[in-house]
Amino acid sequence: MEKPPISLKINGKACKCGQSLTVLEACGENGINIPTLCYLKDINKEGACSICLVEIKGAKNLARSCVTYVRQGMEIFTNTPRVRNARKLNLELLLAGHPKDCLCCDRSQTCELRKLASDMGIKEVRFPKLTKIELPLDSTSASLIRDPNKCILCGRCVAVCSVIQSVKAIDFTGRGKASKVTTFFDSGLANSVCVNCGQCLLVCPTGAITENIATENVWQALSDPKKFVVVEVAPAVRAAIGEEFGLPAGTLVTAKLAEGLRRLGFAKVFDTQFSADLTIMEEGYELIERIKNKGLLPMVTSCSPGWIKFAEHFFPGILGHVSSCKSPQQMFGAIAKTYYAEKYNLDPRDIVVVSVMPCTAKKFEAKRPEMKSAFDYWKNKLGLKDNESFYDVDYVLTTREAASMIKEAGIDFLNLSGEDFDEPLGISTGAAVIFGASGGVMEAALRTAYEVLTGRQIEKLDFMDLRGLNGIKVAEVDIEGLKVKVAVANSLSNARILLEEVKAGCSPYAFIEIMTCPGGCLGGAGQPIPTNDQVRLKRMEAIYREDKNKTLRKSHENPAVQALYKEFLIKPLGEKSHHLLHTHYTERAGI
Amino acid sequence: MEHKKLNPELVNLVQQWQGKKGNLIMILHEIQNHHGYVPRELSLELSRMLDVPLARIYEVITFYNFFKLSPPGKHRIALCMGTACYLRGAAVILDEIKNILGIKEGQTTKDGLFYLDVVRCLGCCGLAPVVMIDDKVYGKVKKNEVADILSKYIKEE
Repeated sequence: MEKPPISLKINGKACKCGQSLTVLEACGENGINIPTLCYLKDINKEGACSICLVEIKGAKNLARSCVTYVRQGMEIFTNTPRVRNARKLNLELLLAGHPKDCLCCDRSQTCELRKLASDMGIKEVRFPKLTKIELPLDSTSASLIRDPNKCILCGRCVAVCSVIQSVKAIDFTGRGKASKVTTFFDSGLANSVCVNCGQCLLVCPTGAITENIATENVWQALSDPKKFVVVEVAPAVRAAIGEEFGLPAGTLVTAKLAEGLRRLGFAKVFDTQFSADLTIMEEGYELIERIKNKGLLPMVTSCSPGWIKFAEHFFPGILGHVSSCKSPQQMFGAIAKTYYAEKYNLDPRDIVVVSVMPCTAKKFEAKRPEMKSAFDYWKNKLGLKDNESFYDVDYVLTTREAASMIKEAGIDFLNLSGEDFDEPLGISTGAAVIFGASGGVMEAALRTAYEVLTGRQIEKLDFMDLRGLNGIKVAEVDIEGLKVKVAVANSLSNARILLEEVKAGCSPYAFIEIMTCPGGCLGGAGQPIPTNDQVRLKRMEAIYREDKNKTLRKSHENPAVQALYKEFLIKPLGEKSHHLLHTHYTERAGI
Repeated sequence: MEHKKLNPELVNLVQQWQGKKGNLIMILHEIQNHHGYVPRELSLELSRMLDVPLARIYEVITFYNFFKLSPPGKHRIALCMGTACYLRGAAVILDEIKNILGIKEGQTTKDGLFYLDVVRCLGCCGLAPVVMIDDKVYGKVKKNEVADILSKYIKEE
């Protein structure tokens, strides 16, 4: 039974609120925003930043509103001179120790610390910088860079890594002035269990965590006349990149994005959705084969590289359950440098594949040593030596990096009229669009699996149970009497729940989709900042809108994919698919 | 099965503390007492056995001064920075020791001979500034005597 609301006074005005709220939350519900740099709803309530101070009648000291719970009859004051001065003082102390290179900081436009300093009217910092030694950056990771000098020790990254992802790669170390957030023995993210998801980056209030930027490499490739530079764009990017140009969350800018990238100088603008359709063909057939031949079930999706590394660290015993399919990004690279190269008579060594991803873990994925299938394909044919090897995907840009390149090139993104993707690797269906949302890969796979298994048209294309932001979603699909139970998890702490069942051998499901980030790729760490639940929902709506607007909504109906099989791959799970589109996993040390 | 590879001492210790609240810190205490520091490899094993994240273990061993990350030297130099010693020039002595040995406080020389610790008051303020090496006390130390004192231990080798 719900507890009755309690009455309290905020700034002299009588209010009501729920019983288990903090003062900060109660004020928020009553239209008063209390500034904070460390609070994250349901994730981080540590009282670390000491900015959210309020005065409570009868209390001697100011209270940190994020860790003070409401009581019946409480009288709260959020805007007294004492409160304002104390907040300012604490903010100034934070600013004193913070680098002042805001002009060229990656987060200059989205820094909460800078914004708060401006909102609170801080004109000068009265305190000298503490004699602090410059700490080295952690640039071990292919995906993320940590700059401890910009860290304000708010603890959000530690909390997200632990609570949302259950990875726990980082924690506070040292004490007092020497405190910092780091990995075990400062060995760096690359040498830890970090899965490169970058959710820490999304919640960092400052520029202490950024992606490992690849724009310079891409500019160089684009200006090299010998190179044939192609770009592939992930589904979730088109539902979010508009935010970087000031458009409201949930604005679809697919055609503008294709044109913008073309104007940047890419020889061809292709679509990761093409290879998402291809993934469904391979993964759908893999599932059907596992079901028919009594193979290892449940099968778990393999598109999300953060989840893959998570499985390698924490669940090495169940890697056999993970689909052997590469992710759409990697399938695209392998196909571009083999099938497309052959079809258009290009030297695969001259092709540069750039991907635009909502994700930081994709940067790591592209550099996995096994992701050189196109090189293996050409090695004997062209007599290549091992030192001439090349990756299937050369550079990975996040949504933010792609937007920054478009801005740098002076392209008036908002006024572009819009163009189509190039053929053939730019053709896609609605099933591929929804890869960008949690539950989408499952839905896309079911659309195809149903029709392939039954040979009949599916009546209801939309699997509403699998949509939305819930952490775990389940459904039962009736495929002509064959009842298939499926489950979808987003965020790794939710995935862990399903995986423990798989590990214990009691998972009731045949097929599980796992996305590393809350909400799926649309909530990835490469996406515009802020990415919060409201923004995620808007992007999700946009993605399903795009799916609805497509004439073709089932992967196996994609004519370009059909042609690819006819001309090159022959059949799903065939010999060529095995070499180019499937992969293997590596056991890694846990914890 | 996995336990075979583990140090039997640690296994006993972990079994003794398994499932008890506050076990991590108690086990780390034992390890520190036994080895004089918390060896990195033991942290790795401990992490697996207790299912505690490595980053968490690192947090604990860096938070408490009691835990050391590197092996102690053969001789422990305890330099007093208590009020009396400080006023009588302990900082100069500390700099001289750091200079000669090329280490900072909390570190061990490369040859493993000396470990440098800074402490608060050794209880003989009349002798300030005081340096204690193992259990021998050197009082009213002057900067130009530091090299002589240290060389005694180097010659012993």
